[in-house]
Amino acid sequence: MVLRPVAPGELRSPADFQSIVDRGARSRALFAEAGGVLQHPRCVNCHPNGDVPHQGMQHTLHDPPVVRGPENDGVPGNECTTCHQNHNQQLTRVPGAPKWHLAPIEMAWAGKSLGYLCRQLQDPLRNGGRTLAQIVDHSTNDELVAWGWSPGHEREAVPGTQKQFGALIAAWVETGAQCPAEDKE
Amino acid sequence: MKLHVNGIERSLDVDPDMPLLWAIRDVLGLTGTKYGCGEALCGACTVHVDGHAVRACVTPMRRAEGRTVTTIEGLSPDGSHALQQAWLALRVPQCGYCQAGQIMTAAALLAKNPQPSNDAIDAAMAGNICRCGTYSRIRAAIRKAAGLPPDEGSGQ
Repeated sequence: MVLRPVAPGELRSPADFQSIVDRGARSRALFAEAGGVLQHPRCVNCHPNGDVPHQGMQHTLHDPPVVRGPENDGVPGNECTTCHQNHNQQLTRVPGAPKWHLAPIEMAWAGKSLGYLCRQLQDPLRNGGRTLAQIVDHSTNDELVAWGWSPGHEREAVPGTQKQFGALIAAWVETGAQCPAEDKE
Repeated sequence: MKLHVNGIERSLDVDPDMPLLWAIRDVLGLTGTKYGCGEALCGACTVHVDGHAVRACVTPMRRAEGRTVTTIEGLSPDGSHALQQAWLALRVPQCGYCQAGQIMTAAALLAKNPQPSNDAIDAAMAGNICRCGTYSRIRAAIRKAAGLPPDEGSGQ
């Protein structure tokens, strides 16, 4: 199987996968393409597997020191929105978007394989209680998810556009939401 | 734009992108809130917006529009807030520059968690930097204000 080459930072569209005849194989390939977004540091940094957000391209721990807190938005006196606004700040470089907060610990992505993410996204206990239709909507339209494509201050954006990402997730669901083979999780 | 500052309704003719800290200090003349780093990294400029601690240096005025802002001057009318009294009793400040921000962060903590554990105090205060290193006295004063017994070995 040879897919259309794309430049770094771009995403293939669902049409690029029509050459894969087997529906399950096409579904898995679509998810692998979406994985370039899901496993990008811009996304993973706020899906940490501990109680501290990550930052940067190397997933370093958030500095200044902050913690998750019971509602995933920090603790009294030191909330995410103590510093982060609902938009990126140009002069101070503090990133921001509406609803700035961490994904709950059960939605942790840091250190997880693509296969794990694939099954996690379909498990209401680990995906915020969402149906697959809601996962498509969340991927396509959520305004905090959207920050990944507009991270500000010379931060590397996740590949493609949110619309393209949403289309890949929708096509993955339409082809049966197949996952990569079991692997070490 | 309109907002309440320390219990008084104010109408300010300022740019919506002006940092709240500028409006507090330069427009309203409330200079108890300090400019430290200007990048939300030190905590010296901490004030409350609707009871939540925010860094005034990075908070645009449009976020504060229609809201209730409390600065160190508004924490109590006469310096009688339990934290202010504890700060005096334990002689917390050294140079003092960061202390308004420290107290405002601590006040936001105690408003939501009146008897915090040391871990909760440390998590709340972790982003407020003190170059004089008064951290142990800050924690002792928060415990005192909360009515908690002194830590063993704290010297307080």
